Amino acid sequence: MPAEDKRVWLTIAGIVVLGICFLPLGQWLFGIRYTYTVRVVALGGAILGVISGALGCFAVLRRESLMGDALSHAALPGVAVAFLLAGRDLGFLLIGAGIASWIALRFIAALLGTTRLKQDAAMGIVLASWFAGGIALLAYIQSIPDASQAGLDRFIFGQAAAIIESDVLLISGAGAVVLLALALFWKEFKLVTFDGEFAIANGFQVGLINTLLSTLIVIAIVLGLQLAGVILMVGMLIAPGIAARQWTQKLHHTVILAAVFGAFAGGVGAVISAIDADIPTGPMIIVVAFSLVLASIALAPGRGLLWSSWRRRLDSRRFARQNALRDLYRYALSHGSPGRPAPDAFIRGIGDRSAALGLRQLLASGLVETTGDSWRLTDTGIEAARRDAHSLQLWDLYRLYADDMGLPLLAEDRQLDIRDVLPADAIGQLEAMMEQRPN
Amino acid sequence: MNDRAPLALSVEDLTVAYHSKPAIWDIDLGVPEGVLMAIVGPNGAGKSTLIKAVLNLIPRAAGRVSFYGSPYEQARSLVGYVPQRGSVDWDFPTSVLDVVTMGLYGKLGWLRRPGRRERDLALFALDQVGLLDLVDRQISQLSGGQQQRAFLARALVQDAQIYFMDEPFAAVDAITERAIVKILHQLKERGKTVLVVHHDLQTVEDYFDWVTLLNVEVVASGPAAVVFSPENLQKTYGGRVSYLHDGQVLAAGD
Repeated sequence: MPAEDKRVWLTIAGIVVLGICFLPLGQWLFGIRYTYTVRVVALGGAILGVISGALGCFAVLRRESLMGDALSHAALPGVAVAFLLAGRDLGFLLIGAGIASWIALRFIAALLGTTRLKQDAAMGIVLASWFAGGIALLAYIQSIPDASQAGLDRFIFGQAAAIIESDVLLISGAGAVVLLALALFWKEFKLVTFDGEFAIANGFQVGLINTLLSTLIVIAIVLGLQLAGVILMVGMLIAPGIAARQWTQKLHHTVILAAVFGAFAGGVGAVISAIDADIPTGPMIIVVAFSLVLASIALAPGRGLLWSSWRRRLDSRRFARQNALRDLYRYALSHGSPGRPAPDAFIRGIGDRSAALGLRQLLASGLVETTGDSWRLTDTGIEAARRDAHSLQLWDLYRLYADDMGLPLLAEDRQLDIRDVLPADAIGQLEAMMEQRPN
Repeated sequence: MNDRAPLALSVEDLTVAYHSKPAIWDIDLGVPEGVLMAIVGPNGAGKSTLIKAVLNLIPRAAGRVSFYGSPYEQARSLVGYVPQRGSVDWDFPTSVLDVVTMGLYGKLGWLRRPGRRERDLALFALDQVGLLDLVDRQISQLSGGQQQRAFLARALVQDAQIYFMDEPFAAVDAITERAIVKILHQLKERGKTVLVVHHDLQTVEDYFDWVTLLNVEVVASGPAAVVFSPENLQKTYGGRVSYLHDGQVLAAGD
């Protein structure tokens, strides 16, 4: 298994273990009691996290993160209308939410297709107007005597305590269908997300595939509304995907990791909110999810801030060392022989701080010796400088003749020894070429 | 025009307008099978628009297009496409091999997943463009030229009859340029037809045997030796072309 795959699976395992360990830890540290309600809510949160994390990846990759926000806000009037038509059954409320959200999706698409509105403007106007409609309808419902206890306002900020076992079953069933669809149309979703134009040119029905993917995202949003609410749902949708993207370079890893991050945020966030009845669950879940984002941006290998600043440091050390070696060698050769010392002021004058950095490294590895005010290559230093100079000459020849000689095509990187990147027979050809040429 | 070879692409009366301003106007074009054709013209002449309209990627105001006598819907498997490199997000989490495999998705159809055979085809194409060492790289780690070659490999696996390439030579390194030229000639040897949006007037005659000069309308189209003349270039570019002594041409601003 390639190193990167291993790292990703390790990360996934780490998060799972961390999540499981949190349960006894929470009991011990905060005195959380895992009552039936807490267990149901935590399970519901974790399952929702899986669904919204997996689908949210696509929203993030399509640069439609804020589309998720618009669609979740747009669900509110659907909840209200469904209540007026069918009562407080959660299934109907969510279907209503989904329909309102889906109409908003198509309306935004229609605005973009027929007018010169930009996407942010179209989304903004739909978000505000649908949400306003929803608030107005909720106010109306509150005024109906029988309905005032319906508790529909829980859909605005989310109210986890209201989740019961049958809700978790409903969410799991719908979520399983969504994830199955994601698996079945994986190849199509990947293609249209990466390069929609190429997909059209290849005969894919890109409009249909996009609508299907957006519909799945709408379903994921709607399933989470009861827990996170229309305002915060976008966080649950996109945070796991943003965090996961930092750790991997492959789409399926990103999606799996986002699902695991989502489950962690949903489950752990719900458990933390059980510490005190005053801690709201939805916001707590988002806080946990955001912590995952922060930790990922800081720590992830490859893309993380720590990692990249470390790599920059290593690079500048390497470049400084190489430059100092080349400078010394060039100076010595132009003054007679490779062992000739160069004055300190001269060699530092060329590269200032980086020269000092390079000279220190050369000194430590015994390639140079110093008298304090001059620097001189040792025998091993001369050998290393010669090898480097030879590599540079071969690079010159490679640039000139690689094509004529049918050598493998490489991106030139003159910081590397060409003998490390080209096969031996190609080096042999270049060496032969060098001998033929009068110098 | 060459009467013996069948027309790989035939375009009649094609017009595309953006906000009622025509981007290309009344294009008539017949491209014989097996030619390497450069589409040349100044910025804003509608070169990319022409390709996109032919491939149904943007709506046409008028016109008919046929590939080997069939409309696009029935000829999709004959057509390969190399979009401009800047048209996608190269930070997308996917590998070079994966991108090239995408060229085969169309043939797989719904629900089927790429397998061993697709992998081998993709690796073969990557070898042709000299990227075999980089198959597992994440695509953002490629240089611009390597990205262009990955796109080229993705089109090669399509095993199409007629290829459309949108500025493949734009801002690429010398190695990539040579790799693309090599591929173009291999495609020609295999009887494929290739249409390339091209910017560099210097290399037109070296790389291509057929030329279409475009500036909203078609100024001239035919064998490079006939069509690529100072008069026609002047008609295409207006006064913005300067001529060097030895017959070389240079577009001002290059």
